[in-house]
This record gives sequence, structure tokens and C-alpha cells, in this order.
Amino acid sequence: MRDTSEHLLAVEGLNLSIHRIPILHDVALAVAPGEVLGLVGESGSGKSMTALALMGLLPRGCRTEGHATFDGTDLLALPEREMRRVRGDDVSMIFQEPMTALNPVHPIGAQVAETLRLRSTPRAEAMRVARDRLDRVGLTAIGLDRYPHELSGGQRQRVCIAMAIARHPRLLIADEPTTALDVTTQATILDLLRGLVAEEGMAMILVTHDLGVVAGMADRVAVMKAGRVVETGATRDVLSAPAEPYTSDLLAASRPPPRAPRPVAEAPVLEVRDLRRTYGATRAVDGVSLVLHRGESLGLVGESGCGKSTLTRLLLGLERPDGGTVALMGRPGGAAMTRADRAKISVVFQDPYGSFDPRWTVARLVAEPFHLTGRPSDWRDRVARALVAVGLHADDAAKYPHEFSGGQRQRIAIARALITEPEVLVLDEAVSALDVRVRAQVLDLLDDLQGRLGLSYLFISHDLTVVRAIADRVLVMRAGRIVERGEAGAVFDAPQDDYTRQLIAAAPRIPEEWA
Amino acid sequence: MRALWIGALLAGAAGLAALVSLVWLPGEVARVDVGSRLQGMSASHWLGTDHLGRDLAAMLMAGARTSIAVALLAVGIGMAFGVPLGLLAAARRGSWLDEVVMRGNDLIFAFPSLVIAILITAVFGPSAVNAILAIGLFNVPVFARVARGGALPLWTLDFVAAARVAGKGAGLISVQHVLPNVANLLIVQATIQFSLGILAEAALSYVGLGAQPPTVSWGRMLAEAQTMIYVAPMLAVLPGVAIVGTVLGLNLLGDGLRDLLDPRLRRGRA
Repeated sequence: MRDTSEHLLAVEGLNLSIHRIPILHDVALAVAPGEVLGLVGESGSGKSMTALALMGLLPRGCRTEGHATFDGTDLLALPEREMRRVRGDDVSMIFQEPMTALNPVHPIGAQVAETLRLRSTPRAEAMRVARDRLDRVGLTAIGLDRYPHELSGGQRQRVCIAMAIARHPRLLIADEPTTALDVTTQATILDLLRGLVAEEGMAMILVTHDLGVVAGMADRVAVMKAGRVVETGATRDVLSAPAEPYTSDLLAASRPPPRAPRPVAEAPVLEVRDLRRTYGATRAVDGVSLVLHRGESLGLVGESGCGKSTLTRLLLGLERPDGGTVALMGRPGGAAMTRADRAKISVVFQDPYGSFDPRWTVARLVAEPFHLTGRPSDWRDRVARALVAVGLHADDAAKYPHEFSGGQRQRIAIARALITEPEVLVLDEAVSALDVRVRAQVLDLLDDLQGRLGLSYLFISHDLTVVRAIADRVLVMRAGRIVERGEAGAVFDAPQDDYTRQLIAAAPRIPEEWA
Repeated sequence: MRALWIGALLAGAAGLAALVSLVWLPGEVARVDVGSRLQGMSASHWLGTDHLGRDLAAMLMAGARTSIAVALLAVGIGMAFGVPLGLLAAARRGSWLDEVVMRGNDLIFAFPSLVIAILITAVFGPSAVNAILAIGLFNVPVFARVARGGALPLWTLDFVAAARVAGKGAGLISVQHVLPNVANLLIVQATIQFSLGILAEAALSYVGLGAQPPTVSWGRMLAEAQTMIYVAPMLAVLPGVAIVGTVLGLNLLGDGLRDLLDPRLRRGRA
């Protein structure tokens, strides 16, 4: 370790246990003024707990040991009363979810001003500073009297940033600040944070799971695994020549290879023509046409609110279209499907937690789609085979969903989707909630199943990297319309539409030359 | 956790007394024996006798039976009608059906329950059955609301969408997926309505509109003790303690169950 005197914050030997269960082991970090430290790791690696420990915001039942020296003061040894003074004045934090970080019943100006009012700044002065800070984060056109629900996700996160920097803290801890945001919004928020660090001379600890974000933002990076910092160093050094096998694994999983072009037979299994669905004045799906061929993976890329979820629901027959047609294997599709046809199209949802009734066994859950076809007498064997096919154990049928990890649950969801031997699988952000290494395994599984069973995938995602890894052809959707379509390689390498170009430019990535 | 055990103990004691009273009583509740009136505690009369010479211990046990039966049946009526209505409203959320069910609920809520219960029993004649119907009626909107409130967020979850993809209709989904997941809430609410039912039965019997003689109930014991309050305060204290103890026990049990069942609702997310 270098001399720590030049550091604004130096963490040494940080141990943390919750109800005597050790969570963090001997964590050491350092960050200098004007520097961005990327703290990366998968879920459960302890990166958020490290951030909360520094803020003194740990949940009850936590015990910490070690030192976090901030400008000569040990933050871990400070009593709560003094820690309150440090929070906001010296160290500040922004969180992942801008929806819940703001109080819905107060206007945003008052919320930004509140952090100043706590230091008995007069109201008028506090409001003036609030205006100034909101201007600084790019909300010049937004009035102080606006309420959080009137703002978009990106604007809300800007308000959170304005709150965090209201008292000019010297250290900003950002915990997954852009994970809940769209790619293009993410790019602008990251730009803002980068600018703030440079301008205000702040130090920043950027907690994230995304190596692409770290590559574009952090001067130095610390990689965490199971409560330990396994590797630390300059970002470029660590990402281009990782010393730890774990870091190499993360890197490889973050950069899945693009799918090689392969011939696909001209045999349409799903044909959508001019599909429309409006909600009031909003055209959620506005004249979408697409064709999915047998054995093909069709990627559908779009940001939140572009209508991709509505499209999914229309294809599955959960909603009726206002116009247009869906044909599944030449017969009427969507809401007009017969029960037998419904068994030929199935779905895997995003949320590995909400996808299963917590009170049902895996066997019952996986067998649920048999409701369409009538449960065959050998259904237990079929469930067991489906579980084995997705890389789980036949014995897992007797367990409950909470006994599985997120990745395993997505495997169960795939088993459920496959149980009626469908032709078409709609994968609605199916790997978006997973850690990169688990994501890579599930993508491999999908690839393998496609090869063996000749499945056709409609792969819906906001994540370009993932779409590139699995899709043969790509559709780009915006405001209910398909704005670009083509071979995956062509769309990604030479996008024609402005919006597609924006999306591709905004996606955080590890520079090619670092590989 | 301690609340659960104390509550279970208190409510369990009342329940046990009621069950035992079906087969055995420590004395006779119907035999008037004015010669041995207002006796203190003794081996032959554990808790003494009332102003008509009836055995108080036996009356308390028989009263527990009446009170618990009335409250339990009222909860049963409330759940039998309220839960399906609530689940239906949640399944058809936003539709006219939802509106009709919920505005009907509001209508019942808008009336002071005890006054209406008095009205019902006054019109149809005072009896335990009418008391059950009156209390049960006011349990219906409570359960409808709890069921609907618990069911609404479930309808937005993917497992419900998955069930719809599997071709299941709203009814089947309500029974198979929604009901088991709101059962926690309903059980807790049932214990609370149960305790309120015991109070309501006592109140109705106290004003003479609940159980009729010779049926014994805690509320009637209180009413009869009223004139004797200075002569024999125990006549009022005993049923009073029984009511308070049972209601307290049920409330503690409800709280305890809520704490016990809640952690399972929270799903761990890193």
C-alpha cells in the first residue's frame, strides 16, 4: 500500500458481520481527490455493504472493525451524532432507484433545499442554491415546484445528484446510479457525474456491476468477490491484463462473442402484420410487422416505454390488438389462438423472483402450462426431463422457488416455457436481472436448446451486448414503431437510423484495444 | 413472539372452556336455587353462585360457548362472502364489477355497525342466530377489502402472467395463485374480527338483543349483574374479565401471527 496521506479516504482492514455472519473481510480501498474509484462485483459481493458502511447507514445488527480514514477522521469510529454532520457535508451518496429516493409528496426544490436547511441556511438562500444545483445537473428548464412523478427517471436521478452535491461534499458514493435507467439516459448521467468530479474536485466511489461503465468512468478499479477485494489497480491495467482469474471470468462474461452469421431456413413460424395497440392517446404499438423463422433468433431492442412489453403481451394473447394480425405457424395467433396453438408459444419473464408463485413446488410450477394441453400421465417424468435439460436436477422438482438463486430460477422459467414443446419462445428481458457470469451460462443454455430443439426465439432486451450475442436478426423499436431492421452484424456495425446510432454509441463498453 | 404465546394461551383457554362445556360443566346453569344464592367460592361452587343460585363457573364456561360460537360463525359468514367478492373485484379491477363490489362495501361501512345490528335484531326478533347474521354482515366488507387489497399487487406479478399464458382464467388464477398468497392477511384479519365479534355479541346480549334465556352468554351475565353491582361485584367482574381476556388474547394472537407470517412475504433480494 502506498502512503495514504495523499488519499482523501483510506479504508483499511474493514470487516463487517451481520448477526455474527461475516460479510466483508479485510476490505482495503483508497481514493484521492478528483479520482473515480470503480467498485465492481456481482450481487452479494459486498460492494453495496462497503458503501453503506462508509456512510454509517448499515442495517441493524451489523458490527464493523477496521478503519476508514477520511481526511484524518476515522468514519467507522464516529458516533451517529457526528456522522450526521459528515453525511452530506463531506460524504454524500446517490442510490440506484430514483423512483424511491425522492419523496413523492414534496416538490423537488424543497427536497434539494432540505439538505441545506438542515444546516440552518435561510430558506430563500437554500432555494437559491437549490436552483443553482439543479441548473448544474442540467435541469435548467425544470421548476423548483415540480413533483417527482412529473419527471422522467433520468431527470429524477439528476435531482438526486443535485441533492447529493448540494453541500459540495468531497466524496460522492454512487451506488449503481444508472442501473435502473435506459442506455441513452445512462450515458448522459455518466457524463454529468464525470463533469462534476472534474469541476468540483470531488472524489467518487462508483459502485457498479457493469465493467463497461467502469471502463468509461473509473481511474482505478477494485474488484470484489464474496466480501473481499480480490484485485485493485488502474482501470486500464486491471481490465486489459487482469491478474485474478475471477476478473478474467467477469471480463469474458461481460463481452460475450457476437453470434456468427448462420443460414436460417425461410420457414416463418410467427408473422406479425401491422399490429396496433393504443392506450388512450398513447400508441404503445404502432404498426409493427415482423417475421420469425424456424430456428431463428430475432432480437428486439428498445428502451423502456418503447412498446416492447405491450408487443409481448399481444403476441402471447394476453391482450387484444386494436388492429393488425398475428399468425402462429399459419394459424391465427395472439388473442385469437386456440388452446392447442397457445401451447406452441411460451414466455420467459425478466424477474426471476416474481415469475413463480412462492407457495408452489417447482414440479407444479413447471407443469402449469399443461393446463393448455391436459396433463399427461407421465407429467412427472416430463418435468424431470425438462429440469435436466436446463441444467438442473430431477430432484429439484420437490423444492420451492426460494431455494434457488436468480440464475437457477431463470432455468426453471425456461423449463416451464419448454414443457409443452413450443415452437416459439418469447424471452422478455430474460437475462437482464442476472449477473454477467450467470447471464453467460443462461445464454449458452439458450443457444444449446435452440440447436437441439430447433426453437425460434424472440429475444427482447434493452441490452445491446446480449442481443448481439444471441440474435441472428435485429429489430430496433422506438415509440411503438420498428425504426430499423436487418442482419445483426449489419445493424450493429453500420446502423442506418439515427436512433440506432445513438443507442449503439451510448452503450457502455470496454474498449476493444484493451483486450 | 411472546405476544403470540400469551395470545394463544388466553384465546386457547376460552376455546377449551367452550369445548369442555359441550360435554361437562362444573355445575348446572339452568337450575335456580335461591336458597344458595350469592355464595362465595367453595368446593361445590368453584367461583360461587349468582343471585339466583346458579353456578358461576358453569355459567362462564357455557357463556364462552355462546360467545365463541356466535363470533366464529359471524367470521365464517364474513369470509364466505367477503373473500370471494374481494378476489372477484381484484380479478376484474377497474371494471364496473369492481366498482359495484367496492361501493357496496363503502355503503355497509358507512353505517355504524352496532346500531344496524340492533336494528336487525329488533326487526327480526332477538336471537343468537340473528345476532350472528347481523355481526356477520359487517364482517363481509372487511374481508372483501383485505382480500382485494392483498390480491391487487399479486395480479401485476409475472407468475400470474405465466398462469394466463398457460391458459388459465381469472377464477382459476384467483383460487390457485391469489388466495394462497393472501391467506396470511386473511388469517390475521380473522382473529381480529373474531375478537370484535365477541365484543359485539356481548354488547347485543347486554341490551337483550343477543342470546335469549335460558342460553347463557357473557353479555347477558353482565346485564344481569348490573343490578347487583354493589351487592356482588364478582357477578360483573367474572364475565368482564372473561371478555377482556379473550379479546386481548385474540388481538395478541393476531399480532403474533402477523409477525410470524410476514417474513415469508418478504423475499430476499441482494
